Amino acid sequence: MKKFASCIALLFCVFCRPAVAALSIEIVGGGENQIPIAVVPFESDAPGVSSVIAADLARCGMFKMIDPGSDQTHDIAQVSFPGWKTKGADALVIGGIYPAAGGQFEVRFRLLDVAKQVQLAGFSYTVSKDQFRLTAHRIADVIYQQMTGDQGIFSTKIAYILKREKRFELQVADADGYGAQAVVSVASPIISPAWSPDGSKIAYVSFEQGKAVVYVQDLLSGKRHVVANYRGSNSAPAWSPDGKDIAFTLSRDGHSRIHIVNEAGGNPRLVEASPGISTEPSFSPDGQQIIFTSDRGGSPQIYRIAVSGGPAERLTFEGTYNVSPHYSPDGKSFIYLERNSGHFNVAEQDFATGQSQLLTDEDLDQSPTFAPNGKLILYASIYGGRGILAVVSTDGRIKQRLTMQSGDIREPAWGPFVK
Amino acid sequence: MKKMMFSALLVSLLAACGSQPTKEAAKAPEQKAAAAAATKPVAVNPLNDPNNILSHRSVYYDFDKSIVKDEYKPMVKAHSEYLVGHASAKVQLQGNCDERGSREYNLALGQRRADSVKKLMEAAGVSGAQVSTVSYGSEKPRAAGHNEEAWAQNRRTDIVYQSE
Repeated sequence: MKKFASCIALLFCVFCRPAVAALSIEIVGGGENQIPIAVVPFESDAPGVSSVIAADLARCGMFKMIDPGSDQTHDIAQVSFPGWKTKGADALVIGGIYPAAGGQFEVRFRLLDVAKQVQLAGFSYTVSKDQFRLTAHRIADVIYQQMTGDQGIFSTKIAYILKREKRFELQVADADGYGAQAVVSVASPIISPAWSPDGSKIAYVSFEQGKAVVYVQDLLSGKRHVVANYRGSNSAPAWSPDGKDIAFTLSRDGHSRIHIVNEAGGNPRLVEASPGISTEPSFSPDGQQIIFTSDRGGSPQIYRIAVSGGPAERLTFEGTYNVSPHYSPDGKSFIYLERNSGHFNVAEQDFATGQSQLLTDEDLDQSPTFAPNGKLILYASIYGGRGILAVVSTDGRIKQRLTMQSGDIREPAWGPFVK
Repeated sequence: MKKMMFSALLVSLLAACGSQPTKEAAKAPEQKAAAAAATKPVAVNPLNDPNNILSHRSVYYDFDKSIVKDEYKPMVKAHSEYLVGHASAKVQLQGNCDERGSREYNLALGQRRADSVKKLMEAAGVSGAQVSTVSYGSEKPRAAGHNEEAWAQNRRTDIVYQSE
């Protein structure tokens, strides 16, 4: 695998707690068939919008970044297409930032096809100065979609747990690791964050009451409420696609079984009076099915059951430890964690063919989560003796590592597309 | 932490073994404080006596297993007998797992580990009201390393007496 690694030291935003260390990202692999693209530094770009766009495109592994050199083209009329062709660029991004009314700014960009000498996309955004990064991510999303046909994920958010000494924080950050903010900070373990489908809430499991209890945190109001605190462990929350219900695991009758409860609370409904352990529910995109982990057959494997009940169907047969399933956003496959000769790695299995593909190769991978476009998978791992996050593309070719300056990061959850 | 508890135990034993513990303790106020923190009664508490099997509190497991191995059964039996003989005593069985694999599956497995010890106790005649269970999954590891030595320490059920 060709290594074109670069390390981006990230700054962090002014509204973060000073104690919060920045995430840094290292790209450890590159895809084949990368699209050569040049991003010319934007006109009057003191905020660095064009460098954020270039960093997004470089990080996702789909693009080969062509150095624009000292080029200062900002106007389509001045573009020398043959010159860019000589430099090897298939696509070119130009733009600028200009003062607008009311203290705002206009961010303009154009995506150009070098060979055809035509504009592929061009937008203008009027924004306040605290929206420059988000605007840059949105522009990168437009470029990604135009060039690959898939929706970009640069303007989405990720959540994860940071453990530092005795404290556990549920943090939310931009997909590139910037702007990390603690939304929950407690002195006992937190696991299993899960985004609501509209991105406004996060369900999670906290041990602050001395055992596992499911909470939902509202990200806008900062308020939270208990969703499930019944006798036994309450854990593994998963949102239904309509955002109304939460499936979770409850051990109150001596068995860990999957229940469904309204997000606002109420009486949980048992999905299946299953033998053995049933946990880690994940809803299908149409909300009709749940895949989950169960050891009813003697070892933990992935099963599928209709939300309305009925018999469970076993989906994994190879190996003695297949856990942590998540439906792909298109519902055609699922990712899970498998144990292979003592190693724990992320794999993806196709529903139609039953074929699975191993995607990672570290020793102790954990907790895989799909990007909302289904093209990348974020997961936890141990690297250098510390908990880190890593990203792999669904073809296994592109990898990134996200590390903290201090502490362990784990339990990632990739947020939905933001409207 | 373990070391500190052990030295506190020693101090309490020294204090308890003295013929005039009150007087001795008065000579050493610091020791008295440590002893009071560790054990309230003056007599040796069998639960904390290193020579008593009751001072052993952990059942260890193989990876992804919850069966109580034969080597731990005498210890669980001793605690069962103690609980039968002390109807007011209560224990919490705390199930734990190593860090590998799924945290959520481990939470369920830790519950099953705690339940496996509870079943043995109930079979030995202990009232269910004296035994509660909780799972910490892989969230409260005793050993911090990422190797088999640490993992073996972390796959366990702890027997914790109320007021401990």
